[in-house]
Amino acid sequence: MNSYFVKRLISMLITLWLIITLTFFLMHAIPGSPFTSDKNTNEAVQNNLKSFYHLDEPLYVQYGAYLKSLLTLDLGPSIKQSSFTVNDLIGRGIPVSFELGFWTLLVAVVSGILLGVAAALRHNGIIDYLAMTFAVLGISVPSFVMATLLIQQFAVNWPILPVATWASPKHMILPILALATGPMAIIARLTRSSMIEVLAQDYIRTARAKGLSPVKIVFKHALRNALMPVVTLLGALAASILTGTFVIEKIFAIPGMGKYFVESINQRDYPVIMGTTVFYSVVLIIMLYLVDLAYGIIDPRIKLGKKEG
Amino acid sequence: MKKVLQVNDLHVSFRTYGGEVKAVRGVTFDLNKGETLAIVGESGCGKSVTSQSIMRLIPNPPGRIVSGSILFKDKDLTKVSEPEMRKIRGADISMIFQDPMTALNPTITVGEQIIEGIRQHKKVTAAEAKNAAVDMLDLVGIPSPEARLKQYPHQFSGGMRQRIVIAMALVCQPEVLIADEPTTALDVTIQAQILELFRDIQEKTGVSIILITHDLGVVAQVADRIAVMYAGKIVETGSRREIFYNPQHPYTRGLLRSVPRLDIEGADLVPIGGSPPDLFSPPAGCPFAARCEYAMDVCDRVYPSETRLSSNHQVDCWLQDERAKKLMAAMN
Ligand SMILES: Nc1ncnc2c1ncn2[C@@H]1O[C@H](COP(=O)(O)OP(=O)(O)OP(=O)(O)O)[C@@H](O)[C@H]1O
Ligand code: SF4
Ligand SMILES: [Mg+2]
Repeated sequence: MNSYFVKRLISMLITLWLIITLTFFLMHAIPGSPFTSDKNTNEAVQNNLKSFYHLDEPLYVQYGAYLKSLLTLDLGPSIKQSSFTVNDLIGRGIPVSFELGFWTLLVAVVSGILLGVAAALRHNGIIDYLAMTFAVLGISVPSFVMATLLIQQFAVNWPILPVATWASPKHMILPILALATGPMAIIARLTRSSMIEVLAQDYIRTARAKGLSPVKIVFKHALRNALMPVVTLLGALAASILTGTFVIEKIFAIPGMGKYFVESINQRDYPVIMGTTVFYSVVLIIMLYLVDLAYGIIDPRIKLGKKEG
Repeated sequence: MKKVLQVNDLHVSFRTYGGEVKAVRGVTFDLNKGETLAIVGESGCGKSVTSQSIMRLIPNPPGRIVSGSILFKDKDLTKVSEPEMRKIRGADISMIFQDPMTALNPTITVGEQIIEGIRQHKKVTAAEAKNAAVDMLDLVGIPSPEARLKQYPHQFSGGMRQRIVIAMALVCQPEVLIADEPTTALDVTIQAQILELFRDIQEKTGVSIILITHDLGVVAQVADRIAVMYAGKIVETGSRREIFYNPQHPYTRGLLRSVPRLDIEGADLVPIGGSPPDLFSPPAGCPFAARCEYAMDVCDRVYPSETRLSSNHQVDCWLQDERAKKLMAAMN
């Protein structure tokens, strides 16, 4: 068990290092610098600024310096918003983005699973048909289109919900819905197909032969086994929700990390790009680790570090 | 002899894209208290469908009990409500399925899988249920049952799992145990142990057993009576002695000739030629006619009704029927 943790930690760190390295060099490969858009600065000023941020040094030196400061958990200063460090920006943006991401994931997982189970239980019935039509729509409509549709419906045609900022729970409904529809649809479809498969298993027949009620059979015997594929997908879904928050935050003017991230790319604010990427990578790597832990909890045949049966 | 279960003229069909499969076409038999009745027959003849109908576990749709009755404790199981049926399943009538490797839920401990059955049907405390589970595992021959309760199915061998399945089925002391090919998936030595266990448990609990198999070797070891099934019908019923030493239906004889026997030296193994009829449109007459070396004209046209050869031997075959000649004359 311990050696598993060590191995796992090392592989997580290597993944993180690869992401950092790739992002670092790709970012610098994009033409332009943080100061090219400032038309009123002359070359001398630009050069001064570059040397102030060490941007005139060879790339590998900058890279080495960045890794070194990372070790002290210092993500550096923001070039464009010079009164803030990247740590500051993350500290302000992340709580909001996390709130959005967390609720989205929760809504998507809970409603997706319920929808999928309902569809599986009424296999080929009307509920199944409706749910799956809805799922296909949900998967094919991107979140920013969904956002527009929701705004049109619930803020313009029938103005019951606010559309912008992050002021109250009521403000959160539309962005969460817009972002959750896609993942929810994917989870619903996956749950349905895996539930149908599980319900046809011999051990479900055994459970029925014991005289258990349908509710017990579904929730105690079937759901847990049917959730394995869903859990597998959770890491990828979390990643897609993360990137989705960037777009949705922009549309709904939500003061989260997405705003800073999108701006930082446009402005080549290198430390912010790096800082956000590193932060989100860490979050995702931890998510994937949690998913692996969840496997072991759901299926006793899977023991972390050694797989059998 | 007390009858615990009476199946009368049971018809079961499946609606499929190709049409209606008439899987069970008028099955009648009784099960006596404390006996083991074996139902034998080729694959697809309707053994599993018959047994699952008794438990009302036929998947519906596509399956449906079309007509007939199944009498158990003054109730007709084809008519009772689903909640009432749930009270019977696992408590009064239990079932064991073929493959012990898949019959247990892989993500729940075997202890919980046994205990939930007890708690479903009996008002007992958690501790009492656990004790009952331990006793039951002990009875079916699982060593250190207390510790084993906490383990998952994948931690047991196939034979052990089948013992657990049997423990699970018997833990509420049912009157009837239906075992559908309980030893088919096991290797020969384990098979013998499990059959031994069945006999042992029947002695201790007096449970009546319906044993479904296509293995006549198994039948010879444990059955008191045998029902031979063919194309959705029971074509011959009799005591083990009658069926093995005095088989009357050509199909039964064919079955016996197709298995190796130690008692008849040098006897040739003869497989039954041909294949069973299509159950979408089963023949009006004897379904075995196309494969029967004694088939007569009447066999093709009219199904032979049951002839009672003795109190413990019945057969559906025109060869045994006094009226065959008369009927043929009348039809010409
Ligand atoms: N769900 C189903 N849908 C359609 N037909 C079915 C279904 N279940 C069973 N049948 C049909 O019913 C007939 C009897 O099947 P059954 O499973 O009872 O056979 P069996 O005697 O148990 O055979 P085996 O020895 O292979 O287990 C078969 O012809 C089969 O095709
Ligand atoms: S009824 Fe006719 S066809 Fe059927 S088994 Fe008897 S002799 Fe053969
Ligand atoms: Mg079968």
